[in-house]
Amino acid sequence: MEALREVLTWLLLVSGVGFCLIGGIGMLRMPDFYTRSHAASLTDTLGATLVVAGLAVHSGLNLISVKLVFVLVFLYLTSPTAAHALVKAAYSKGLHAPDVEDATKPRAGGAG
Amino acid sequence: MKRALILFSHLAVVWLLLSGHYDATLLTYGALSCAGVVALVWHLGILDMEALPTHLGLRPFLYLPWLFKEIVLSNLSVARVILSPSLPIEPRILRVSASQRTQVGQVMYANSITLTPGTITLDVRDGQLLVHALTKDSAEGLLSGEMDRRVAHLEARGAQREERAGLLGGHGA
Amino acid sequence: MNVFAVAMLGILVTMLLALVRAFLGPTVYDRVLAANMFGTKTVLLIAVSGFLTGRPEWLDLALIYALMNFTGMIALLRFSKFENLAHDEQGK
Repeated sequence: MEALREVLTWLLLVSGVGFCLIGGIGMLRMPDFYTRSHAASLTDTLGATLVVAGLAVHSGLNLISVKLVFVLVFLYLTSPTAAHALVKAAYSKGLHAPDVEDATKPRAGGAG
Repeated sequence: MKRALILFSHLAVVWLLLSGHYDATLLTYGALSCAGVVALVWHLGILDMEALPTHLGLRPFLYLPWLFKEIVLSNLSVARVILSPSLPIEPRILRVSASQRTQVGQVMYANSITLTPGTITLDVRDGQLLVHALTKDSAEGLLSGEMDRRVAHLEARGAQREERAGLLGGHGA
Repeated sequence: MNVFAVAMLGILVTMLLALVRAFLGPTVYDRVLAANMFGTKTVLLIAVSGFLTGRPEWLDLALIYALMNFTGMIALLRFSKFENLAHDEQGK
């Protein structure tokens, strides 16, 4: 049981850090600001989740793992908000972006 | 009043879980600071269905596993794009319609889009979202509209109830 | 080798990559994006280092850092939008 937990911790932490590294590489490889923001969200979602999950598996079910869940909830609430605020600021200030393609559907019935 | 009690009990649970010390002094401090936060929120007048969307009930928790599955899948596809030597990206901006009827629902949809790597919401206006997509695949996933449907379903019954009670703020469609 | 040390090394390398992007720019938004990513990686670094040194209480610091990073980010963007932190409209 203890050995299984050890192996699981290794697996989760290493794969989480791997996703963080891929996101970091993406930050350098991507050609413009908007595509870089996708790479950054890679590290904030699955990278952070796997690292925190690895720590939680190591500590077991107690107040420490509850705090880890809090860290994750904060990251999940704040990272899309921060990313959206940033790209919205860049877009409204006219940073060069691809043209808009219209894919809206006509709304069924009256507007709510 | 009901919302104030709900907010207070949630804050109390968060305090108890974060503190880990349960003697009389610290519990008193905890109760005082929870009451202080509730009083501040009350004074600011933001204790409404946006700050505390109780009308959604527990249904968001049924939506979370599906959202997490989507996050994992899109993470893997973006990671593959970053690691492939030719960097096969086709960035584009799409204007899609959000079929949610409340602002809370639209915010949930826009945040779900941003949370999945490969798509990011640029702007929300008049029930329409501007979305930047990294690849053809992520754009197609967005256009299939499954996430839109699921979030709309999430708020459906609660929104009807609020509408009947006349509490629904107009969001200008 | 300790798993937490390996994880910390990986996170530090990621932070280094973010720093490189912050120095390269080219726009101010790239730099803010890199700074934000640096901040969220700091949260993970504090959490992992707490486990490495056997003091998981450091998670409280990680929580505070996550909130501070977010607040600072929003304040910075608000400043860049309105060029003022106090009013909603420019030049008021």
